[in-house]
Amino acid sequence: MISNSELVNKYFRHNKKFPHIWCPGCGIGTILGNMLRAIDALALDKNEIAFVSGIGCTGRAPVYVDFNTLHTTHGRALPFATGLKLARPELKVLVATGDGDATAIGGNHLIHACRRNIDITTIIFNNYIYGMTGGQYSPTTPHGDKASTCKLGNIERPFNISQLVEAAGATFVGRTTSYHTLQLQNIIKKAIMHKGFSVVEVITHCPTTYGRINKKGSAVDMLKWQKEVAVDKSRADKMDPKELEGKIITGILMEKQLPEFCEQYDTIIEKAQSLKNNQQGKSK
Amino acid sequence: MNKKSSYRLIQGNEAAAEGALAAGVSFFAGYPITPSTEIAEILADRLPANGGTFIQMEDEIGSIAAIIGASIGGRKVLTATSGPGFSLMQENLGFACLAEVPLVIVNVMRGGPSTGMPTSPSQGDVMQARWGTHGDHPIIVLSPGSVEEAFHYTVKAVNFAEKYRNPVIVLMDEIIGHMRARVSLPPTSMIERVNRVHPNMPPEWYLPYERSATGVAPMASFGDGYRHHVTGLVHDAKGFPTADPNEARNNIRGLFTKIERGFRELCLVDYEFMDDAEHAIIAYGGMVLSARSALEQLRKSGRKVGLIKLGTLWPFPRFALEQYLPQLKTILVPELNMGQIYREVLRVNAGKAVVEKLNRVNGTIITPNEIVKTVKGLIR
Repeated sequence: MISNSELVNKYFRHNKKFPHIWCPGCGIGTILGNMLRAIDALALDKNEIAFVSGIGCTGRAPVYVDFNTLHTTHGRALPFATGLKLARPELKVLVATGDGDATAIGGNHLIHACRRNIDITTIIFNNYIYGMTGGQYSPTTPHGDKASTCKLGNIERPFNISQLVEAAGATFVGRTTSYHTLQLQNIIKKAIMHKGFSVVEVITHCPTTYGRINKKGSAVDMLKWQKEVAVDKSRADKMDPKELEGKIITGILMEKQLPEFCEQYDTIIEKAQSLKNNQQGKSK
Repeated sequence: MNKKSSYRLIQGNEAAAEGALAAGVSFFAGYPITPSTEIAEILADRLPANGGTFIQMEDEIGSIAAIIGASIGGRKVLTATSGPGFSLMQENLGFACLAEVPLVIVNVMRGGPSTGMPTSPSQGDVMQARWGTHGDHPIIVLSPGSVEEAFHYTVKAVNFAEKYRNPVIVLMDEIIGHMRARVSLPPTSMIERVNRVHPNMPPEWYLPYERSATGVAPMASFGDGYRHHVTGLVHDAKGFPTADPNEARNNIRGLFTKIERGFRELCLVDYEFMDDAEHAIIAYGGMVLSARSALEQLRKSGRKVGLIKLGTLWPFPRFALEQYLPQLKTILVPELNMGQIYREVLRVNAGKAVVEKLNRVNGTIITPNEIVKTVKGLIR
């Protein structure tokens, strides 16, 4: 496996001013690092990777890495990525998006991207909070937890992102945490290789906002929590629902092959062109 | 190849779709909305037959996002909409202004605000086209005054977008969009096509926002080996976000400079009977038809009236008016809104001539006779 210094030299932008914007202890760097390790393991050409993001802490990920990078507007990474992928189907398109970006403001785009089954890999960095704006509750903030806009406890029920995207039609759904780095790399690798719309939900931590207001301890404590609540799907399948209460099932949760959007559009082009040629033949 | 023009009976929306194809548009993303839907329907048929791409998105936010993505991938792109959809596009229109992504939006205006009068003509989006997205930004807005112009202006819009790396809006009203006319469409070989400038330096030297002498930076497509960053944050020449006051100033000022340099080319204006005119009608879009008809009547009755036909609304072609101000006594601005271009005319006129407005916001048009009557009243 690639060493950290090789990883930095190969994939980080040499002409970009560092340090990055993330807080000490943040989980985003771990996820980004393991995404790069997955890309390296697959030996993908940097010129053929487009890395697209929305707004928020996660949205800042692309600027640091040496791909074709597109930092879009809040919630809109997926439709930008959809246009790009359709225009350049040869590109491997990866999307980085947070829980608020993907499932609140971008929720409509997310479900429709799932439904279309376009060949894009979406990594959802789920830290249960709007971090960049200072810790407001998001669609995944657990019921009863606190945030700066629900100091007395969240009365909304959270989305289960993996279930949401599966129901919407994604053809690959994986979930893991920023603690389980090897599993994270492995799932991202498989998601990239999957032909169709793939989603990797990564449970991670925001020690600065969510962690502090909910008294979750340090970043290390939050990582330990991820270790404790995660149950691999192979084990979870044998457990009864009561045992699984409060747990997070990880692993590849769903994978199936269905016709991919760009490939289907190619057949539309073929049909339309043969129709046009027939008509031109007749008019002659 | 056929060098002759072909004559066809088509509506303005169809002419805009033909113009898009003639200009080399190969990507359309849109969402159905009256009275622009024909453009999407036609391009859904025609684009794949020409090897291009059509996609119907989940909403107009997604539509403009998808064409921006495709433009960054190197395609010439266009979308079509009407007021409510245009409102939804404003967020990403700003992105395209700041990231300097070529694209064209055809907005076939309906009566507004809100859902308004979906099947009735209006010119209520003139100011939204100028200032709809937040922040200071340049914009190019063309307004076709006939079905034939819907074709030519769409071609020009695509060319301007490519040349200036800027969004261009074709602001059409429902009169032109749905009116059918016999028009001559030039053969494709006669159409001028402008392509964005691509970088020719080695990729490691490429600075995606370093402006050339024209004020526009060469634009690399994703996947061409020029790996770079595109963002909606204010950025430096490398494309990276910046909070440095000098770099921020260069970024925003640069957006305006490129449009200022192209100002004359961007201003499409026609003049009819203006040489000896003492009274002018300033019109654009569907109102040109009423104004032209009124002009004929007024000239027949010996009144020295002329027409300044604005093809470009933004940047506002102030010289079109300024050059005639010494000879003009009165100016009439008929518009299907409460007076949006009227205010620009007032600003440029600066108290010299008497400026009057003639407005309608009830879903009907201003007839030639009403213009004749108003002008006669003004002259007296």
